Amino acid sequence: MSRTLTHLERLEAEAIHIIREVAAEAENPVMLYSVGKDSAVMLHIARKAFFPSPPPFPLLHVDTTWKFQAMYELRDRMAQESGMELLVYQNPEAVEREINPFDHGSLHTDMWKTEGLKQALDKWNFDAAFGGARRDEEKSRAKERIFSFRTASHGWDPKNQRPELWNLYNARKHKGESIRVFPISNWTELDVWQYIHLNDIPIVPLYFAAKRPTVERDGMLLMIDDDRFPLQPGEVPVERSIRFRTLGCYPLTGAVESTAKTLPEVLQETLLTTTSERQGRAIDKDAGGAGMEVKKQQGYF
Amino acid sequence: MPETQNDSVYVTDRLIAEDIDTYLDTHQHKTMLRFITCGSVDDGKSTLIGRLLYDSKMIFEDQLAALQSDSKKVGTQGQDIDFALLVDGLAAEREQGITIDVAYRFFNTEKRKFIVADCPGHEQYTRNMVTGASTADLAVILIDARKGVLVQTRRHSYLCHLIGIRNIVLAVNKMDLVDYAQDVFDKIVGEYSEFAKSIGIESFTAMPISGFKGDNITTLSDNMPWYDGPTLIEHLETVEVNSARDASKPFRMPVQWVNRPNLDFRGFSGQIATGLVRPGDAVRVLPSGKTSSVSKIVTMDGELDEAVAGQSVTVCFADEVDCSRGDVIAPADNPPAVADQFEVTIVWLNDDTMHVGRAYWLKIGTQTVSATVRQPKYAVNVNTMEHMAAKTLDLNAIGVAELSTDRPIIFEPYTDNRALGGFILIDKMTNATVAAGMINFSLRRAQNVHWQPTDIDREAHARLKNQTPKVLWFTGLSGAGKSTIANEVEKRLNLMNRHTFLLDGDNVRHGLNKDLGFTEADRIENIRRVGEVSKLMVDAGLIVLTAFISPFRAERQMVRAMLSDEEFIEIYVDTPLEVAEAHDVKGLYKKARSGELKNFTGIDSPYEPPMTPEIRVNTAEMTAAEAADYIVRKLMPLK
Repeated sequence: MSRTLTHLERLEAEAIHIIREVAAEAENPVMLYSVGKDSAVMLHIARKAFFPSPPPFPLLHVDTTWKFQAMYELRDRMAQESGMELLVYQNPEAVEREINPFDHGSLHTDMWKTEGLKQALDKWNFDAAFGGARRDEEKSRAKERIFSFRTASHGWDPKNQRPELWNLYNARKHKGESIRVFPISNWTELDVWQYIHLNDIPIVPLYFAAKRPTVERDGMLLMIDDDRFPLQPGEVPVERSIRFRTLGCYPLTGAVESTAKTLPEVLQETLLTTTSERQGRAIDKDAGGAGMEVKKQQGYF
Repeated sequence: MPETQNDSVYVTDRLIAEDIDTYLDTHQHKTMLRFITCGSVDDGKSTLIGRLLYDSKMIFEDQLAALQSDSKKVGTQGQDIDFALLVDGLAAEREQGITIDVAYRFFNTEKRKFIVADCPGHEQYTRNMVTGASTADLAVILIDARKGVLVQTRRHSYLCHLIGIRNIVLAVNKMDLVDYAQDVFDKIVGEYSEFAKSIGIESFTAMPISGFKGDNITTLSDNMPWYDGPTLIEHLETVEVNSARDASKPFRMPVQWVNRPNLDFRGFSGQIATGLVRPGDAVRVLPSGKTSSVSKIVTMDGELDEAVAGQSVTVCFADEVDCSRGDVIAPADNPPAVADQFEVTIVWLNDDTMHVGRAYWLKIGTQTVSATVRQPKYAVNVNTMEHMAAKTLDLNAIGVAELSTDRPIIFEPYTDNRALGGFILIDKMTNATVAAGMINFSLRRAQNVHWQPTDIDREAHARLKNQTPKVLWFTGLSGAGKSTIANEVEKRLNLMNRHTFLLDGDNVRHGLNKDLGFTEADRIENIRRVGEVSKLMVDAGLIVLTAFISPFRAERQMVRAMLSDEEFIEIYVDTPLEVAEAHDVKGLYKKARSGELKNFTGIDSPYEPPMTPEIRVNTAEMTAAEAADYIVRKLMPLK
């Protein structure tokens, strides 16, 4: 009688299977790499899938120029360690208009991320893009397929997605159409942390608590990562012991006060906490309860 | 708020707070159970799932706050929390108050991680239920205690059984609304038992619950002292998962990817479907049948002494053996079978009806081949389980039919091996996944008909005639002038001493195809036969001219695929419908317009023009003779 695989072993095996299927069936796949913890797990699994070869596709970072400095550092290090090509894309129009989260509100996400991603996929003709989204993150994601089809204009039609049976994925598509593939769909936040812990995967140090300069604004605790952060009248940076549960553009990402300096401590806090993960980001609350769904139809990952 | 949950079987906050390492160690060694919940619209599925998430603390404070405000706005539970709102995702269905797609939810207990597929109960969404069931270890069939066994209950049970789910839980829900009465429960279980037996469900576990109040979910309910367990969670925590069963079957690994970083390393990557493998095992590669032994099992975490069903690994062989994507690695002395004709059960998943005889892509494991389905032997009425005669299968229909593939595939009956017996069909034009299928068994027929080799081959025939055999396939609307032009072309070729034969649509229907009508299925069969006859004539060395409307791209593609490259010349006789209709030599358009003639191309049946025909002639701009001259010129130099 053989042993039964643990849930993490099953999740890992499933993700490896998915990544290999895409590599085998897509013409020009790419892995979107946002440098967050979910990306870290996805990249690690991709390396396992093809070991001893490097993964047969490049990494793509759709950059907003407003990520934390520590993210850029880890990004470059991981690309080198994995032996994969790193492509960095910045929407030239956003560069030219100096789009930033302070002056441009939701246009910032729209131009750098949504438009930037579409432009990057078109530029290199990628027909399949891996993303680290999970079904437990948000209500509309719970119904997302593992292979998510996008029209030639990158639109997502929730009513027109292919049924996925067993572990059989249909990667066929017409010219111009593309697939977003989510190999860690079935992972929860706890699974991701535990996998990082067990596999000793390098992650951005911002996930661990340290004294960092912060201001409190609109109920969010923001970190001052560089001198582009305009202080409002009366605002004085305060050193606080903080960490981040999720990482994005530093002026849009709320920190939590914490003393968790190790992964088990972070996990301990995570498990005992009562605030869900994406709350640190502003995006879900747009357009009533259906924010993410609307964004996805427009082509947001 | 409903009464407080008992969280003794769930994550214990105290352990997390006091000894996180022990907690992590426990979590790390949990197994995983995937299950689906099915029930009718108001059976309380979403409420039950919401309850499981809530009780296992998978709902966070901010989500709970949103839930409370949503419950007051659109909820159906008065001032109480409407758990259903927590799990009903997409905007459209939130407004309609129904679940229209499969949603996946996650929760943990001390012993297991669970993935729940929330499946809709409506008839038109059989597709979603089959999808959710295909990866499930267990099914929870919900019944409203006030309503008992309904048509939907039978349907859901049948589908779960069809997909091969062996663990079935009959959850008699809303017991609070029938005063927790044992006789209500017993009566429902009795009725269900009879039905379950009739469709071959060998066993099931019945339990009385209330998703809304929380009875018998995590702890035994004081309201039902007559029920002694197990609770729903206890059962889910201890039932056997599929992967455990798969591990005890013979070793099978479909090859996904050949890993070859350099000349010194050659590994074969895949997810083990069943069984286990160890270094030193004698293995056979299918379909070639070549044997070798496993030299090592490679992973990034080091080489393994053993790999079991469910694991994704890379296997290396002791010998240089050809092996590529689509092959299957198996024990040398116990390989799976190979065949190209099967009896299959098909669940049709697409709005576009199944086309009997049309070629679809079939994906099974990592193999993708071309396959055609014959007319169903019968379709199953999913409400009554009766077998009905059927010409084809529509969206959400289930039927049994014969299927043949263009080359042999490695398979096992679905009941023995999901990975080598379950397949999907993909439309070659739209690329949509149109069907899910399960192989019941292979047909002996294929194994007993062998190709008879002959000494005088096609090259010998062609040489004698001093020509290159071809098929000139004329396609276009009725009345476009296909037969007239084909006739003119044949006259010209004849003068050039070419050996030709003209197959005309009308003429063929007087003999070879006189049993066929004009339905879509018959038209596909008509073209298939003409294709086969053309192929024989090409083998005989002839230049074949065919004049058929042949309205569907897929069938013209099918004939093209029967022949070798450059043998199939598609000639599109392009005429605007108005022009063809104005000619109307045979008076057919008039009859079609009056409704006297059904399925007439261009009127009530579509014509799909060729995308890239080898030759295109426009008969609105040239006469038949001019068109024929043009075609012959394009064909030159014909040998």
